[in-house]
Amino acid sequence: MLKTGGLDRFISFQDGIVRCEAGITLGEILELAVPRGYFLPVVPGTKHVSVGGAIANDIHGKNHHRAGTFGRHVRRLELLRSDGSRAEVSPGDELFNATVGGLGLTGLITWAEIALRPVPGAAVQTDALKFTGLDEFFAISDESDALCEYTVAWLDVLSREHRGIFYRGDHAAGAVRAPRARVSVPVDVKLVNGLTVRAFNAAYYLAQRGGKRVGHYDPFFFPLDAVDRWNRLYGKGGFLQFQCVVPAREGLRELLDEIARLGAGSPLTVLKKFGDVPSPGMLSFPRPGFTVAIDLPSSEIQTFARLESIAAGAGGALYPAKDARMSAATFVKSYPRLDEFKRFLDPAFSSSFWRRVAG
Amino acid sequence: MKVLVLGATSAIAQAAARIWATRGDELLLVARSAEKLQAVADDLRTRGGKVETMVHDLNDRSSYSTLARLADVVLLAHGVLNGPDVLQTNLVGPVELLELIGEILPPGACIAAISSVSGDRGRAKNALYGASKAGLDAYLSALRQRLFHKGVRVVTLKPGFVDTPMTAQMQKSPLFSSPASVGRGIVRAIDGRRDVVYLPWYWRFIMLIVRMIPEPLFKRMSF
Repeated sequence: MLKTGGLDRFISFQDGIVRCEAGITLGEILELAVPRGYFLPVVPGTKHVSVGGAIANDIHGKNHHRAGTFGRHVRRLELLRSDGSRAEVSPGDELFNATVGGLGLTGLITWAEIALRPVPGAAVQTDALKFTGLDEFFAISDESDALCEYTVAWLDVLSREHRGIFYRGDHAAGAVRAPRARVSVPVDVKLVNGLTVRAFNAAYYLAQRGGKRVGHYDPFFFPLDAVDRWNRLYGKGGFLQFQCVVPAREGLRELLDEIARLGAGSPLTVLKKFGDVPSPGMLSFPRPGFTVAIDLPSSEIQTFARLESIAAGAGGALYPAKDARMSAATFVKSYPRLDEFKRFLDPAFSSSFWRRVAG
Repeated sequence: MKVLVLGATSAIAQAAARIWATRGDELLLVARSAEKLQAVADDLRTRGGKVETMVHDLNDRSSYSTLARLADVVLLAHGVLNGPDVLQTNLVGPVELLELIGEILPPGACIAAISSVSGDRGRAKNALYGASKAGLDAYLSALRQRLFHKGVRVVTLKPGFVDTPMTAQMQKSPLFSSPASVGRGIVRAIDGRRDVVYLPWYWRFIMLIVRMIPEPLFKRMSF
């Protein structure tokens, strides 16, 4: 693994185009850009990811239905190959398309240039709507995607009727205060189990009043960043994330029913409808359909296998960025441009994921 | 505020300079490597700083009188961990330089120099480094006395282990701090009133204990 924390310098910022080294985090870009009236075109659920990682995993956010993936907004990047050569590539170049979503296997990204979007300020106007049942979710989702820049749903995954809260938002004008200091989980302590998840989910659902508010962007986009080292709540064994996309409503229903039946609960189950904005990346994960992300204790191996087979059977795909046990068969089937991609592999780069699915 | 940063490409100096740049302070950066200095300057300009650069070897003292005349704060940040030039780079060079700068700085100015906790007690593992920093500490203490009546502050900055390119080869432990946190500490120290600042603060107590170990026992230890 190459740690790129040392590549942490900005190169330029002009007219909404930021050029920076690949180890700069998205949080650092926002700190720089928001006071100057710009925002990242796509942000994931945490701001502690590097630019290089965001490109290599071609990440998506709550505005996928409008903005597509992160890679669509990269104008140019430099790739350092293991033979010492440097290549500057931009959209349209095959090596660029291989590198976007290329899981870091085409070389080391040294710097990138990203087109930001103008915003009126640090505020977002958000709206929370409770729903019960997938039909209601589908209706709210369709309506909201047409209305709002950002949409995502939190799901009480253990409730068999599929209740949840739909969040939608847009950038807004007005002064808002940045959130207070973070709290931290000091030690590994396993507090996440079936019982606490059930209790947390019920409490969270009931406590949520719904309705509109205007606030700082940080808690809306990065709620977990407020709790430093929250992963410790899963205990020493840790957890793995499972994220997949399934193209059709029936597949989603089958998947969620199975998760509820298995009691494979996590307090952080996220559901979102992807749009059809295409990504340049050969191995990009997002595609039209519904994406579900859940956290599971690392020990629940059988659950992972079961969910993988449902997702694959429904014509879906798993997200390599979050994957720890996808089978080679599923990967080959759900990433049709794999052979094209392989031509651009850097021979010195590999990963345990790659050895498992394509070795 | 106008800050003259000597050894501006050091990771710790960069971390402090980023905070100054974000505040809109003026920075005058001096370093040996033109290429690295350019990258650091671009970064700080992008973050909002007014930045000038000068490629210069700190062992060459010819033009410092002009530079120092312009500064409110001088941060001396260059240093090496080992190699043939440790004493020259960490001690002799800085002392000669500060002799010059101390004469020139106007009342109200501040000299801050990055020393190290290693100067508090010599260890077999980094004899020359520790000796160079102990020498620097003694010199800074003398300079502080000399310049006190003139109204020029002298701040001794004593970081513990910091995760920087200088310590890249060292085995990391929980005692390591990030350059960012040490950088914040430097900015706070220069804004504040203390004379000797440990970074992070707990090193003051660690080193207090290390200094209290009796020599007959200390010579047998190997940390």
